[in-house]
Amino acid sequence: MITAWRSIGGVRWGWFIAFALVLLLLPLVYETHTPTVLLIWALFALSLGFMWGYAGILSFGHSAYFGLGAYVYAIAAVNIGESTLPLILAVFIPACVAAVIGAMMFYGRISDVYMGVMTLVVSLIMFKFMNATAGDQYAIGAARLGGFNGMPGFPTLNVPGAPHISLWGVPTYYVCAVSLLICYLLCRWILARSFGRVLLGIRENETRCELLGYNVPACKTAIFTISAAMAGLSGCFFANWAEIVTPSVFSLQTSSDVIIWSMVGGVGTLIGPILGAMALGMVKLLLGQQTLINNFLVFGFILIVVVLAMPRGVIPSIQYWWGNRSRRSRVPSNGGRARRRLTVKPAERS
Amino acid sequence: MDYAGVVFLEIIYMIAFLALTSAGLAVVFGMMRVINLAHGEFVMLGGYTTLTCYKAGINIYFAMLIVAPIVVGLFGLIVERLIIRFLYGRMIDTMLATWGLSLFLIGAVTMIFGSSAVNVPTPISGYELGSYQMGGYNLFIIFVAAAVMIGVWCVLRFTRVGLIARGAMQNADVASSLGYNPRTVYMITFTAGAALSGLAGGVLAPLTGLLPTSGGAYIAKAFITIVTGGAAVIAGTVSSSVIFGVISQVVSFASTPVIGEIAMLALAIVLLRLMPQGITGRFFKNST
Amino acid sequence: MSDVVETHELTMRFGGVVAVNNVNFNLRERELRCLIGPNGAGKSTFFKCLTGQLPLNHGNGRVFIRGSDVTGWRAHEIVRLGVGIKTQVPSVMNGLSVEENLWLAARRIHGWNGTAGAAEEIIAELQLGDFSKRLVGELAHGQRQLVEIGMVLVQRPWLVLLDEPAAGMTGDEVERLAKVIRRINQTASVIVVDHDMEFVRMLGSNVTVFHQGAVLLEGPCDHVLSDEKVREVYIGTRAK
Repeated sequence: MITAWRSIGGVRWGWFIAFALVLLLLPLVYETHTPTVLLIWALFALSLGFMWGYAGILSFGHSAYFGLGAYVYAIAAVNIGESTLPLILAVFIPACVAAVIGAMMFYGRISDVYMGVMTLVVSLIMFKFMNATAGDQYAIGAARLGGFNGMPGFPTLNVPGAPHISLWGVPTYYVCAVSLLICYLLCRWILARSFGRVLLGIRENETRCELLGYNVPACKTAIFTISAAMAGLSGCFFANWAEIVTPSVFSLQTSSDVIIWSMVGGVGTLIGPILGAMALGMVKLLLGQQTLINNFLVFGFILIVVVLAMPRGVIPSIQYWWGNRSRRSRVPSNGGRARRRLTVKPAERS
Repeated sequence: MDYAGVVFLEIIYMIAFLALTSAGLAVVFGMMRVINLAHGEFVMLGGYTTLTCYKAGINIYFAMLIVAPIVVGLFGLIVERLIIRFLYGRMIDTMLATWGLSLFLIGAVTMIFGSSAVNVPTPISGYELGSYQMGGYNLFIIFVAAAVMIGVWCVLRFTRVGLIARGAMQNADVASSLGYNPRTVYMITFTAGAALSGLAGGVLAPLTGLLPTSGGAYIAKAFITIVTGGAAVIAGTVSSSVIFGVISQVVSFASTPVIGEIAMLALAIVLLRLMPQGITGRFFKNST
Repeated sequence: MSDVVETHELTMRFGGVVAVNNVNFNLRERELRCLIGPNGAGKSTFFKCLTGQLPLNHGNGRVFIRGSDVTGWRAHEIVRLGVGIKTQVPSVMNGLSVEENLWLAARRIHGWNGTAGAAEEIIAELQLGDFSKRLVGELAHGQRQLVEIGMVLVQRPWLVLLDEPAAGMTGDEVERLAKVIRRINQTASVIVVDHDMEFVRMLGSNVTVFHQGAVLLEGPCDHVLSDEKVREVYIGTRAK
């Protein structure tokens, strides 16, 4: 009976298994250094895209939680020497910070562009703060924060409980790949439950959800926290991949990159942000290696074109086009996939 | 005593700086609810325009006060026609498209001018306040900022053009049934906002080395200033500039400039939490 | 019989304007009451004070629902008491289908298994079957109103607050709505805010007239609607 929700909560197992196989078998034919960072960016984009696409919450400073994950891991790893607890902290602490900030915003009825500013400001504060911590006096335990130079030389991931068996290289790739797959399934699971449907309701009409008796601020804070936890995990992996953590993890650039990837890939799907991040991340890396055309120019142009021509993003546009070709004539809707668009018309803003 | 004078002037300067760099964004946001994230790049373009004119021998005041606004204003017109006008009412999409535009502009300017800093000399020399050496040019900036604020306020309040603009912003349907095309109003308003950004960029060019990425320094502060200010164009910008200018400079003087900036950002969070519709959503309602 | 709704000196100001002025209001169990009054009389503001959509503190007076002091409660807390609320502007999920809207409404009360059944019951009761799979955003205004009422009813509230439920409905839909309201009234207390005199007459209940933020008159429908003061307030000095 409920047709639209089935597609949100259900996993298309065929595609999923194919995708998983590609990821897991890739190291047999290709090097893993570049794919690892693409997976990390994909997880980061998934964290934002999930919250944005299904609950309608767009954070302009999601790099705050990405960066927190990275720094928390580095600081904890230097102090503890083993990687299991630091990884857990790198997920837990961003989640806690997000819970506090989210509660402050959502219980205060902040929404829309004002929330965008607040989330942006949080990430900027972290960026400026970290930038200014050069010098020996800025340290947490044994870990010097390093200011704008960053923190190099922390222990990277090892097998839990065996600090001398490092997971560097191909094993880290597998850790990232499996994490991405698990997080994807986690998101699908949430969407299949009542909580996921309430989130959709909140995205569509917050007032009405409130008037149905749902505790909207609590729901929004919860999804914000979950999203920050995933972002923190991706930040932790990033620290391990780069082997150095600098304040640029908190930068506006990082926040804007993940928004662009999600948007181009397609907000309103889970696979959109993942593929968008991988594709555009790859483009970014390739462009960085040549000097003929400027990076920014290309990305800016892509973003403008996507917003004007395919505002739903690439994946949903493809799905729509595909669906229109093979579907029998249905009640013509300006809905269909278009309802996934997250546009805020003046009338909808309260 | 001299020190008090210095602090006072620095505070006024910061207020002026914030107001001037936010003016263009405030006009566009306050009137049309459009967030132009390429605003910082428009400011940067104003700077490069001034630089180019100066190198070509044009008088620097003419370059920064006349040429820069016109050039960037025209550029804003092109942007409005090609991009913005398709996205009215879609605030998030507009933000994303203008973000893309800002990246595009940074790239383009880098390819044309190169990525190293260029300098425009300050046309006004410093003066002495007691035992402190002050930048005379800062006074000029304060003067220009005040003139811009007063000028825009007068245009909106006292001219027919301003009244039509305010009317169209309130209710586009009523405006068109009175014979005014809202689309034209939006176009002119966006162009005016771009021109103001160009003016700010031209005037600020002599201060620091110009880089293609200079815009980034302006956009965050401007965005925060006008959103915290709320919907009223001038009252919002001025009130939030005053609050942020005072707090950021006072804290800077009491500790370090970095702490001062962080204090300003933290204050923005507090203010938005207390007044979710901005300052002029709560106080000074119905002001311009 | 104790009161389902009680307000003590309820006052709401917006800037310098006193929208609701010291209103003492009572609603008995299973009563149906219509709130009427010209534009700007304060009915909708009063309504929003009852529903928790306007934040109240103790300076605004007190609101009691079935004896509990709900002053300052948020809307979702009031709804959880067992109150159903329909707002003036249809507040529905435009991007979801009618069934999905109703499912979400029903889910808060029923477990996972019972929800679909409850939603189908309401669809049958309000005759929404013809368009139940369509997106709510595509429906006509009157149909959307009906969906919203369905969402309210599926939670089986014992107090129902409706703000202009008949707005934008055709004559047939209005009659159907009046029947639905009378049926709801068999198990719940109801407050209806509306302008439409015909609709109010159809309901034939007790009426409270608001004027300039205060209660002008209260009483049975015919008595109030033929009262001189009420006509003056609505129509000016020319009587119909």
